[in-house]
Amino acid sequence: MGSNWSGSLHRMMRRAGGWWRYGVIAGVPLAVAAAWAYTAGWLAPGRLTAPRIIDQIQVNSGSVYPGYRRAHAKGVCVIGHFVGSGALQPYSTAQVFMQGDIPVVGRFAIAGGNPYAPDGSVPVRSMALRLTQPNGQQWRTGMNSMPVNAVATPQAFFEQLQAQQPDPATGKPDPARLAAFFAAHPETAPFRAWAKMARPSASFATNSYWSLNAFELVDAQGAKHAVRWRMVPESAAEDAKGQGDNYLAADLVQRLAAGPLRWHLRVTFAEPGDPTADATKAWPADRREIDAGMLELTGTTPQDSGACRDINYDPLVLPDGIQASDDPLLPARSAAYAASYLRRTSEEAHLPGTAAGKKETR
Amino acid sequence: MARPTDMFVWPARLLHWLMAAMILAMLFIGVGMVASVSERHDWLVRVHKPLGIAILLLAVLRLAVRLRHPPPPLPADLPLLQRWAAFASHWLLYALMLALPLVGWAMLSAGGYPVMLSHSLRLPAILPANGVAFAVLRHLHAWLAVLLFVTFLAHLGAALYHGLVRRDGVLGSMVGWRPRR
Repeated sequence: MGSNWSGSLHRMMRRAGGWWRYGVIAGVPLAVAAAWAYTAGWLAPGRLTAPRIIDQIQVNSGSVYPGYRRAHAKGVCVIGHFVGSGALQPYSTAQVFMQGDIPVVGRFAIAGGNPYAPDGSVPVRSMALRLTQPNGQQWRTGMNSMPVNAVATPQAFFEQLQAQQPDPATGKPDPARLAAFFAAHPETAPFRAWAKMARPSASFATNSYWSLNAFELVDAQGAKHAVRWRMVPESAAEDAKGQGDNYLAADLVQRLAAGPLRWHLRVTFAEPGDPTADATKAWPADRREIDAGMLELTGTTPQDSGACRDINYDPLVLPDGIQASDDPLLPARSAAYAASYLRRTSEEAHLPGTAAGKKETR
Repeated sequence: MARPTDMFVWPARLLHWLMAAMILAMLFIGVGMVASVSERHDWLVRVHKPLGIAILLLAVLRLAVRLRHPPPPLPADLPLLQRWAAFASHWLLYALMLALPLVGWAMLSAGGYPVMLSHSLRLPAILPANGVAFAVLRHLHAWLAVLLFVTFLAHLGAALYHGLVRRDGVLGSMVGWRPRR
C-alpha cells in the first residue's frame, strides 16, 4: 500500500514536469531568508527597536551632534576609586564590594541630547561609573539625580519621547500632546512631583544619584537579593544657582583642586512585594540600607579627550555577584546605549553614511 | 555496494550538522538581539557570546578533520562552473566560521567591554580599547554575518539541487544515506 501511494505521488510529480523540484530549491532558501528578515525587524517596521528610540531622541535634540552621546550628551569625565566597606560581602560575591580599592572611570552629565545646552536648562544630572575589578570583570552603572523614573516600560518611554518632540513652529513640545501623554500615563506622577520641586543644582558634587532600576545581588550560596542603590554625597547641599551656561564643569575643576569629592554607595534591600520591575515606584523609606563603600573622585578632564569618552555606560555590564532584575527598562537601556555608542564611534571613525561623514563631504 | 569514500567521515558529518544548527541559530540570534529592546535582548546577547566562541573552537576542529579526511570527490560529470562554485563557497564558509567569532571578540575588546561568556567566565581582550576600531569591527561583524547568511542560503539551495535534480549522491554523502539508484 505504501509503495502504491508513493508510486502515484511520483507519477503525479512527473506529470508536473519536475518543476516542483525547482520550487523547493528556491522556496526553502526564500522561506529561511524571510524568517531572518522578520527576526531582524525588516518586515516589522512598527516594532520598537533601539535605533528607533535613538532616532526619536535625535529628532527631539533638534540635530545630530556627531561623536556625542545621543542622550546626556553634555558632560565631563572624572577619575577616582571606590573603597569597598566589605559590608555587602554576605550578599554579593562581586569583588567591588570587598574591602579594597577599585579604580573608577566616570562621567557626570546633564540630561538631554544637546552637548551645548545650558547647564541650568534641565534639573536632571547623572553620574556614570565604570569600576574595574582585579579579576578584569567590570561594573558599569548609570545613575540619575532623581529617585524614580518617569515611566516603567520601553514602550512608554518611546511614547514619552514622541510626546516631547519639539513642535517645529515653537521649538518646544506641544503642551497638549504632553498633557495627553501624562493623562494616559498616571505612573509618571511621582516623577512629575519630583520635577516640579527640583532645581538645577550648581554643582555635580551636591547631588545624590539613584540607580533607578532594581538589580539582584547574588551571594556565595547563589541566593539573590533584590536591591536598588544611590550615591549619597559628602558635600553639603547648597541653595546656590549656577551662573552662565557652563558652570558645572568649572565647579568640578575648582572643587577637585581643593581635594577629592566623596559619595557613599547606599544599597537598599527590597522586602517581599516591593516592585523590582517598576522604576516609577519608590520603595518604602524604612527599607534596610547598607553602606557598601565610598566613591572618591580625584580628577576631571573634558569629555572629548578624557578616558570616559569611549566608554558605553551600559547598566548590564555587571560582574559576577550582581545581576539584572526583571525591570523591563534595563534591556532597553542596554540596547539603546549600544545603538548610541555605535553611532558616535562610527562618527569618530568617519565611516561613510555617518553624520560626521556627511559633514565632511559638504 | 558503495565505496566508503562516497561519504564524509562520520566526525565530519556530525560536525557539519551540529554546526549547521548552531550557525543558523547564531544568525537568527544576532539579527534578533539587535532588533529587540525586550528581556529577549539581554538573554540573546548572553547566548550569543559563548555560542560564538563554541563555533570558533568547533570550526578549528572541523578544519583539522577536513584536512585529515578530505571530502569525497565531486561527481566527475559536474560542470566546471559548479565545481568551482562548490570549491569557493566551501572555503568561504570556513573563512567566515572562523572570522565572525574572531571579529566579534576583537570588536568587544576594542569597545572596552569585558568579554563575558557567562556570569563569571571572562575572555581576555585581543585588542586594546579604541572607539574607532570598535566602530569598524562592529560594522564588519554585521556585514560578514550577512555574507555568511547569503552563502548559507546558496549552500542550502545547492544541496537541494544535488538532492532533487541531479540526484548524484552529493547530498547523501553529508546526510549519511545513499539513495537507491
